Amino acid sequence: MKSIALPLAALLMLVAGPGLALIETYNFSDPTLEVRYQNLTEELRCPKCQNQNIADSNAPIAQDLRRLLHQQLEEGATNDEILDHMVARYGEFVRYRPSFGGASVLLWLAPALLLLAAVGVLVITLRSKSTSTAVGIASLSAEEQAQLKSLVNKAEQDS
Amino acid sequence: MGPRLKLFLPLILFAMLAITLFQGLSLDPTEMPSALIDRPLPAFNLPRLGQPGSLSEQDVEGQVSLLNVWATWCVACRVEHPYLRQLSDQGVRLIGLNYKDNDADAERWLEELGNPYQFNIADNEGTLGLDLGVYGAPETYLVDGVGVIRYRHVGVVDERVWKTILEPLYQELTVEDKTQ
Repeated sequence: MKSIALPLAALLMLVAGPGLALIETYNFSDPTLEVRYQNLTEELRCPKCQNQNIADSNAPIAQDLRRLLHQQLEEGATNDEILDHMVARYGEFVRYRPSFGGASVLLWLAPALLLLAAVGVLVITLRSKSTSTAVGIASLSAEEQAQLKSLVNKAEQDS
Repeated sequence: MGPRLKLFLPLILFAMLAITLFQGLSLDPTEMPSALIDRPLPAFNLPRLGQPGSLSEQDVEGQVSLLNVWATWCVACRVEHPYLRQLSDQGVRLIGLNYKDNDADAERWLEELGNPYQFNIADNEGTLGLDLGVYGAPETYLVDGVGVIRYRHVGVVDERVWKTILEPLYQELTVEDKTQ
């Protein structure tokens, strides 16, 4: 245990150093505000760096948004008020969970629609398969049935 | 569907996918329409760069204008600057929004490179930028005569952008403005 403690500590310092340098810290008057701050920074998307939330990004615009978020939380704004404020400026784009409505309807419904379509295709395929095999057996004439039987018998004798 | 037609199904699917993906090549994922299109300019009260006094959204109104967001730290702003001067010489009303910058640096920039702007709003803290939904300079907002934002262009304004996008809108709005 002792042998890994030192390298582990060194590793942790390496990881923690740049992290602390990038993201500024805010003091909150109430611990619940801090929890909400963490949740909201993870849900809000950085407009400049597109595939990062504002908690992870060190772009200047993400810093500004975090400052604005902190200020609004301290002023007692609700989560909805804050999100509306952000959306009014940067559009639905700024949320990783866009609200239901308008252009995002398709986005929200697409998984369910695709699943339904897949189930539909599956049902149709299974049905057509079962009917075609049933028809295949029934459509053999008596002569063909006899031929089939003899072939099966022959194969069994050979083996 | 006949069995022969069924054989072409993979080809058809592939063609559809290819067309979709090919179109995606020419799309710019960083291009976002402003959330403020057809909304009035946000209210502000900020100092005038290089001169005493303050400016508000009412100072922008009255004439179709281009509100150009720039800063001395922005490399692309230096690229578009000469073209902005050309536009200003042609009589286009340009208003500068000096975004998250240092006043002294900004004034030196205008002295060295020329000043195409009728006036500059000094937004040192980026508060107006935040209200406008600015996410990176340069950005250019086309504002009509009553102070409503009609278009936003993100990135450098050059001859191609002006001729193909901004100028037609600018002319249309100017005509609209005069008939009112």
